[in-house]
Amino acid sequence: MEHQTPSPDTREHLVVIGNGMAGCRAVEELIARDPTRYRVTIFGAEPHVNYNRIMLSPVLAGEKTFEQIVINDHAWYATNTIELVTSDPVQAIDRAAKTVTARSGLTVSYERLLIATGSDPFIIPVPGKDLPGVISFRDMADVDHMLEAAGKGGAAVVIGGGLLGLEAAHGLTLRGMKVTVIHLMPTLMERQLDEAAGWLLKSALEARGQVILTEANTAEIVGDTHVEGVLLKDGTVIPASLVVMAVGIRPSVALARDAGLEIGRGIKVDDHMVTSDPSILAVGECVEHDGNVYGLVAPLWDMCRALANGLTDSHSGYRGSVTSTKLKVAGLDVFSAGDFSGGGACEDIVLRDASRGIYKRVVVKDDRIVGAVLYGDTTDGGWYFDLLKRAEDIAPIRDMLIFGQSFASGGGAADPKAAVAALSDDAEICGCNGVTKGKVVACIGAGNTTLDAVRATCKASASCGSCTGLVETLLAVTLGDEYSGERLVKTMCKCTSFGHDDVRREIVAQGMRSIPEVMQKMSWSTPDGCSSCRPALNYYLLCALPGDYKDDQQSRFVNERLHANIQKDGTYSVVPRMWGGLTNPRELRAIADVVEKYDAPMVKVTGGQRLDIFGIKKEDLPAVWADLNAAGMVSGHAYGKSLRTVKTCVGSDWCRFGTQDSTGLGVKVERMTWGSWMPHKFKIAVSGCPRNCAEATIKDFGVVCVDSGYELSVGGNGGMKVRATDFLCKVATEEEAMQYCAAFIQLYREEARYLERTAPWIERIGVEYIRERIAEDPEGRDALAARFLFSQQFTQDDPWAARAAGEHREQHAPMARFTPIDGTREMA
Amino acid sequence: MIGEWLDIGWVDEIPVRGSRTVQVTGGGDIAVFRTGDGKVFALADRCPHKGGRLSQGIVHGGAVACPLHNWRIALDTGEALGEDKGCTPVIPVKVSGGRVLLCRTATMKAAA
Repeated sequence: MEHQTPSPDTREHLVVIGNGMAGCRAVEELIARDPTRYRVTIFGAEPHVNYNRIMLSPVLAGEKTFEQIVINDHAWYATNTIELVTSDPVQAIDRAAKTVTARSGLTVSYERLLIATGSDPFIIPVPGKDLPGVISFRDMADVDHMLEAAGKGGAAVVIGGGLLGLEAAHGLTLRGMKVTVIHLMPTLMERQLDEAAGWLLKSALEARGQVILTEANTAEIVGDTHVEGVLLKDGTVIPASLVVMAVGIRPSVALARDAGLEIGRGIKVDDHMVTSDPSILAVGECVEHDGNVYGLVAPLWDMCRALANGLTDSHSGYRGSVTSTKLKVAGLDVFSAGDFSGGGACEDIVLRDASRGIYKRVVVKDDRIVGAVLYGDTTDGGWYFDLLKRAEDIAPIRDMLIFGQSFASGGGAADPKAAVAALSDDAEICGCNGVTKGKVVACIGAGNTTLDAVRATCKASASCGSCTGLVETLLAVTLGDEYSGERLVKTMCKCTSFGHDDVRREIVAQGMRSIPEVMQKMSWSTPDGCSSCRPALNYYLLCALPGDYKDDQQSRFVNERLHANIQKDGTYSVVPRMWGGLTNPRELRAIADVVEKYDAPMVKVTGGQRLDIFGIKKEDLPAVWADLNAAGMVSGHAYGKSLRTVKTCVGSDWCRFGTQDSTGLGVKVERMTWGSWMPHKFKIAVSGCPRNCAEATIKDFGVVCVDSGYELSVGGNGGMKVRATDFLCKVATEEEAMQYCAAFIQLYREEARYLERTAPWIERIGVEYIRERIAEDPEGRDALAARFLFSQQFTQDDPWAARAAGEHREQHAPMARFTPIDGTREMA
Repeated sequence: MIGEWLDIGWVDEIPVRGSRTVQVTGGGDIAVFRTGDGKVFALADRCPHKGGRLSQGIVHGGAVACPLHNWRIALDTGEALGEDKGCTPVIPVKVSGGRVLLCRTATMKAAA
């Protein structure tokens, strides 16, 4: 074993393991306090001098060279008589002998030892992870590797949609590679950004040509001698000649653990960064302080200061760090700080500016800022963070807080009304429609004294709506006390200033494709909506984009999520479909068997000619469905905002008055319409004669068969306010009856507001309008019916069958069970 | 300290803006929620109003809407929001290394 020749320098010897940002910064801090006290030796695993690891991304992107990211060059080591050992990682610490031994065999003794080993990239344990071409993004060698691969062109996959992964993807894209990012979570950078900001980031990256796959789970990295692609758990294969794994980092503690130091998630240190061995210190990403580990630079600087204070006997100590993240991700500005989860006594102040791609959210609790997320414009990040750290009372500037420091601290004139009043007539109010303040004021002066009137006349605030507040302020400034401030249209919910119709219209007009997109473009005032708007938006998107929109389970009411009706005791009731009210011995037996097997306390005939099985436990639902499926029955959608049932009488086959095959027609209509999602529940009935045994004249769509054909009527219900149908028209054939039915349903699906049944809808718009669209416009009718039938091909799958086969099974089983035994509590 | 926290599984097993339950034999269920921005909370799985299963409600922001009568309950304090008054027991929860841990004593107390 090679030993270092004894040094003539008799100062206390400080050995530093790690030539990275933390190790060198600690030495810098030490030198700043007392340049003569220690003799310093630094071991680095890499062949380089100390460089700025955070700047690897610009090197990859070609914006900087390695020389430009060096923090301390060779001269610094020489000037401060620091001995630097490169390319020789330390492999053992002997605490008894107080020596460290490196890979080359070099052994050095120390009086004080500083461990600054940082983190190791986390490699997900999938088959193929060791193939050539699979790399992490951690050091200069990784960058060289990526540059070499990019030189050959082709495709790359980046696993991990956190900061590091997105930086790698950005660099590789700039270097000419076709890049796909795979992210396990539903939104990018979910630790730093909330859903809205994550969505904006994803949209911006996609606009630059990257493919971003969220909720994508890597199953395997494929290839024989070199990476050829990535296989996802859903079976998708993405070809790639380079795979960058950037899923996270872990404190590098192996060396410290082998030396017997106390380890938690990182190497445990006290307030002066001293480990469980008083001669050994540790600093940076490899340590755990007070239960926390840090992966950011700012805490690291705090730690280095505390460490240097301790080493030079000027005690102050590290008390942990409140962190903020201000980043340029692939050239896009994002910022987050503190706790932005919200909820409880927290209030969200949200500003969304769709046309400029800006999102700002400040979370306030008891008049103090507790968190913030900014996207697109991060200039005020530091100000918010400062207010947060100082726990400043923001009540006096609350109205202006979200507009930023320059606005909020605008002295005595800091009244938003005054600010708007002071704008010049040329100032643009509505960016979407190019409307100036002068035009808006003129429009108001011409007698348009409500927001809706202004929107209709001069188009200000009529598109994305982000200037709604400004227009309302102008109304208030121009009209003074005359302006009531209240809109005539009822808004969808407290999260938006738009009504249902506005939202529906804009979804279609702007081609919006997801809930976060609607919330951003229409300036939602909450981060992720509420239990009123989320189900409505989910429905509107589903209706606008049949077969294309990915249904959001978490935006559905429990009945639709579990495909059964929740009852007051938390159990569920289950209604299988009985086509046109018909059944047979096999179905009846299966229902009887289910009632017995699952101990259902009640089974009941419903008003819609079906059997309802009550008292089924949530965890038994899949088994119940499987049993009913086995007898050929499918879900009756008795729980959904959807087609419920088609009620029939017995018709001409049996009844002495029956004029047509009403039962047969009912079955056909139900086969055509089942599975469709609607603004509200929807019921159909077909009666065989005007005696109307199927009660067709109080259904959403009713058919009364007569000798000469079929009388169609719409808009009835037996709800809280009973309403008989309005007569629509009479048709001659079954085919026409079906065509008109499909067209009417589609008109309702496309134009009614969510949770509005056909009866109030028709009273609102007038039955004349329905007649114009359905009875008097053959082309329009056919187009409506065609759109309905097109969307039906995507929804006529039995949801029970999918659930019984195990889809979303986690919604039925508890996550864990505990059984307390004899006072001690044990896990079952 | 051993045994003070109950390990109930991976955080990824809880759907985002959704929840899972934990059953306690001889007691009520615990509802474990995950919000849109990845925070995890746990409450007794019963609404202070009429005992509705909060685990089956729609999670929005930091609150859940009860599926029975749409009361909104704050996930961090268990308090009913808006005009409603009432409180659901909160179970301290932490996530460590991707695992969800519930406070043992509070879990047993809330389930009782």
